[in-house]
Amino acid sequence: MHSFGYRANALLTLSVTILAIICGIASFSDTFNSPSPSASIQVLNVNRFQKLDDEVSLTLNITADLQSLFTWNTKQVFVFVAAEYETLKNSLNQVSLWDGIIPSQEHAKFWIRTTNKYRFTDQGSNLRGKEFNLTLHWHVMPKTGKMIADKIVLTGYVLPQEYR
Amino acid sequence: MDWQGQKLAEHLLQILLIAFAITAFIVGYSLASFQLMLAVFAGGVVLTSLVIIPNWPWFNKHPLKWLDSSEAEKYPKPVKEKEKEAGGGAKKKGEKR
Repeated sequence: MHSFGYRANALLTLSVTILAIICGIASFSDTFNSPSPSASIQVLNVNRFQKLDDEVSLTLNITADLQSLFTWNTKQVFVFVAAEYETLKNSLNQVSLWDGIIPSQEHAKFWIRTTNKYRFTDQGSNLRGKEFNLTLHWHVMPKTGKMIADKIVLTGYVLPQEYR
Repeated sequence: MDWQGQKLAEHLLQILLIAFAITAFIVGYSLASFQLMLAVFAGGVVLTSLVIIPNWPWFNKHPLKWLDSSEAEKYPKPVKEKEKEAGGGAKKKGEKR
């Protein structure tokens, strides 16, 4: 520890290393959190259903309680709703209908009535009378550490048989 | 600072930083505030820098004993015998170059 510069350098490097270690421990503390989220989605109306690369416009009522996903190490939660269905060509089609960012725990319990933000279209004409699932996905984005993604699958939605 | 002071400074550095890190984590975790944890740790870093970087007097409690100049004069640096004799010759050579 011969000079100011030597001591300052030692201090800085040691403090940055220790900072990295406490951020790692903070990220690890997230594993003790066992979340119990819940959600439900209601299709209120099928507004439009047109031919030629089938397109559907829905009005959705999305209710969710994602408060238990938040820890002290959570920056925000990205949530989106996807419609999933099967066709002859593809075993799984996923179309994202709506997404949002939840910035804090207070906003995590919400209900929203909206038309789909993004188009619900198909590559072809397969949507008449189609059964589909609406899946609520979320990505928990931490302040430090690994991002966690999970989902809730809600089944039992059907599209009408006729175009309108 | 002297040798004992350097040892003390290094020990203080490590102990203070680790203590502040543990305190910061406990405070942040219990109050569920990541920002508070970072703020406490940053404050700890600043405090530690104030303690160990400047040349405080407590770091100089065991100063090194340098020899006095009178002591050094009592034992002058020995001069070689050969150098004395060939002093003249060496000088001439230096000038020619």
